[in-house]
Amino acid sequence: MDITKLTVHEMQEKLKSKELTITDITKAYIENIKKYENDVQAFITPLTDEALSQAQNIQEKIEKKEIEGSLAGIPIGIKDNICTKGVKTTCASKMLENFVSPYNATVMEKINAENMINLGKLNMDEFAMGASTEYSYFQKTKNPWNLNTVPGGSSGGSAAAVAANMVPWALGSDTGGSIRQPASFCGVVGLKPTYGLVSRYGLVAFASSLDQIGPITKDVKDAAILLNVITGHDEKDTTSVNRKKVDYTNALTNNVKGLKIGIPKEYFGEGINSQVKEKLNEAMQTYKNLGATVEEFSLNIADYALATYYIIACAEASSNLGRFDGIRYGYRTKNFSSLKELYTNSRSEGFGAEVKRRIILGTYVLSSGYYDAYYKKAQQVRTLVKKEFDKAFEKYDLLLTPTSPTVAFEIGTKSNNPLEMYLADICTVSVNIAGLPAISVPCGVDSQNMPIGMQLIGNKFAEETILNAAYTYEQQVKFRENYEPSITK
Amino acid sequence: MSREDYETVIGLEVHAELSTKTKIFCSCPTEFGAQPNTHTCPVCMAMPGALPVLNEKVVEYAVKAGLATNCEIERESKNDRKNYFYPDLPKSYQISQFDKPLCIHGKVDIESNGEAKEIGITRIHIEEDAGKLNHNEFGSGSLVDLNRAGVPLIEIVSEPDMRSSLEAESYLRKIKSILEYIEVSDCKMQEGSLRADVNVSVRKKGAKEFGTRTEMKNMNSFRSIVRAIDYEAQRQIEVLEDGGKIEQETLRWDDVSGRTFSMRDKEDAQDYRYFPEPDLVAIRLSEEYIANIQKNLPELPESRKKRYLEEYKLTEKEARMLTASKYMSNIFEQALKICGNAKAVANWLLSDVSRILNEKELEPDQIPFTAEHLAKMIMLIEKGTISSAIGKKVLEELFENPQDPQTIIEEKGWIQISDEGAIKELVMKILENNPQSIIDFKAGKDRALGFLVGQAMKETKGKANPKMLNEMFLEELNK
Repeated sequence: MDITKLTVHEMQEKLKSKELTITDITKAYIENIKKYENDVQAFITPLTDEALSQAQNIQEKIEKKEIEGSLAGIPIGIKDNICTKGVKTTCASKMLENFVSPYNATVMEKINAENMINLGKLNMDEFAMGASTEYSYFQKTKNPWNLNTVPGGSSGGSAAAVAANMVPWALGSDTGGSIRQPASFCGVVGLKPTYGLVSRYGLVAFASSLDQIGPITKDVKDAAILLNVITGHDEKDTTSVNRKKVDYTNALTNNVKGLKIGIPKEYFGEGINSQVKEKLNEAMQTYKNLGATVEEFSLNIADYALATYYIIACAEASSNLGRFDGIRYGYRTKNFSSLKELYTNSRSEGFGAEVKRRIILGTYVLSSGYYDAYYKKAQQVRTLVKKEFDKAFEKYDLLLTPTSPTVAFEIGTKSNNPLEMYLADICTVSVNIAGLPAISVPCGVDSQNMPIGMQLIGNKFAEETILNAAYTYEQQVKFRENYEPSITK
Repeated sequence: MSREDYETVIGLEVHAELSTKTKIFCSCPTEFGAQPNTHTCPVCMAMPGALPVLNEKVVEYAVKAGLATNCEIERESKNDRKNYFYPDLPKSYQISQFDKPLCIHGKVDIESNGEAKEIGITRIHIEEDAGKLNHNEFGSGSLVDLNRAGVPLIEIVSEPDMRSSLEAESYLRKIKSILEYIEVSDCKMQEGSLRADVNVSVRKKGAKEFGTRTEMKNMNSFRSIVRAIDYEAQRQIEVLEDGGKIEQETLRWDDVSGRTFSMRDKEDAQDYRYFPEPDLVAIRLSEEYIANIQKNLPELPESRKKRYLEEYKLTEKEARMLTASKYMSNIFEQALKICGNAKAVANWLLSDVSRILNEKELEPDQIPFTAEHLAKMIMLIEKGTISSAIGKKVLEELFENPQDPQTIIEEKGWIQISDEGAIKELVMKILENNPQSIIDFKAGKDRALGFLVGQAMKETKGKANPKMLNEMFLEELNK
């Protein structure tokens, strides 16, 4: 039995039946990290040594019945923009190369309360800005399905680590598709929760009104289990909502009879790869066969979503990243003779090109004289996007689209063309603008054996609906049973 | 043209630190004077990932201030980010309110040349204070102290309704007084918890348009504000008279040289890039919430003044002056409770206490002694234990070394001589030494009596009971 090919819920059963111990699990994952990390480079800070002693410790405590809980001792990987007390949180930036957070993000407190084991901090695009993880200051993560291609981004380290079985699951963050697109590229499941469902406290902010933390997992049930752990109102984040806790695994009924699925035709137009389209059409047929209705409709505002997204995200980022000024923590230039030079040189030397590009863009759209034409207009369009989705959800239970217009592209092909890189987000950004939940599930591979992702978008707080639809589909196509990344074969 | 042909136009932006126990967006204490950077946490130090949570008390205090200054309270308002780089501003933006402040359209009444005048209040909004830069005693450069970062402030913006430095002073005193009464700020100007940005422009009398204004930031004493306005108005008039143009700019007032200096050049003109704070939700206030604050608003200076006129029969001027400061007025009420003599307490506070405060350039909240001390001193005078003259000396002593007046007079040996035998002995001695005065008195010169009493007071260093002296001298002289 290869432990690392098991999902978390499968491991849970084997732990229960004593077929497995916690130390077995951690050891198996550490073995895989040794085997694949050289090629994949998903980790910025691996915590393998700490993990093993932690696993032995938890194993003892469980045996002495000092702790219980079905997730105790289960390893996890954490995107490196989620603050972990005592462990570096770099955001894949030179600016925070040696930064150690003095506190834990709220999601980390929840992970720790379950006695889960942090296997390491995972690579990403610098400050979560990018769609390929090529903008990491430290290294380029490779896609386990084809090491010449990108894993997607910005949570590329998280998706690649799950796909290469170096962690059983991981946390990512999604501002415009940063969980779903890499999940799609790496053939794993990625869920972006409704804005406000998961606390952002301790998530290093990129765009505050768009950011959400979410799970990247091997299958849908694991996504539901990890979502159970991280949701909940947090007094430290006033944008987190106060809702009754639900057990998302209860929603997984394997039944979509009568479910009304809308297909926004704008997501299947120009620029969508024909093999992606083909697989999505097959998925629609699967849903029809399962008793759901599938209907095409027009989501008019979709064309404006990308421009709106980049204005709002960059505006907020330009302000959020102001705190990296070389004064209190992080990178400080050695080369300054005035305060202005301290700021300018620290930030010029500490940030990468893409981050600087977005700060400049965001500063521009907020500047006096341009605010009305850009930021304010973008906010107005944002309201229209929300209304357009509201209208759609009066008719449909969920919307089905591709997660990305293409499969994973080759390393280096887009990193010097920002606009083309931005287009990689075209299917995912409007979900963040409207604050909706969406999940990416694998729906097959193309002729090169590269995974294709399907995105299911739900109404606000309708995580149960999209999880069940994704789960029911997954039970039919059995992607994990049929396909595997080249590296783990 | 001369100064008289011009009119000065003044508007004030008053910043008051709110006296909430904790900061505006985290639970760090607001207490003044702690060791640098000990009242800090990930939120007010702007660690990556930390988020603000609005302190509800701050909203309550700001609404109180709005109601006490006759503002309309907005049922929905929001926070905005004001972006700029400075080492005392850890997030590189200040969370403030831009286009939707909590309170708008208020007014307060002030006295100007003995007449009532209304000053409009444009808005009151909430925001966070910045930290402090301290000179590095151990090396070059500055050290950042973030204890003050995130201390809540309200900014009260006036209309440009004031026309003289005295009106500006009167307005600021009124605002200070109101904030003290409603107990939302301790208004300690010397600690910077009340400070003002002063906008000054001049225009020809009768002109409809305002002149170009200059702004003097962070002024924290009444005296500097008055001097700075007078200086700046005069400077602007001179520039205009010389055919020049006023530049709209921020100035720094230098108290030592008594001049204003340009602070920033135009190249550095700030664009704050205000935009709605995405980390905080909108502030929505219910009707009951506002009504409840209104209902529980403490007594304001105006109504307290009315009460003084009716209950204690004080004059209009006395009542106004006493109620101008909550501290003064509280001392009055507490002392009155102990000694029961309203007139006497009012007199002492408005004459000698006020005079000493002026001389020492102190504000009423800096009075070092208690109301009980004052009341006891007044009672000692009433009982004849000391004279009024000694009372003045006791008061001076209370400012230097506040303690029970009984102890002071005992230690200083200031107890009045009221012993009949001792007074008699003194009178006889003075008469013996001044035979000419006896002759003068008998010749009808009443002044002689005063001279004799004066000699007796001199002899006893003011301790003899003047009433007894008078009576006994008369008795002897008329024999």
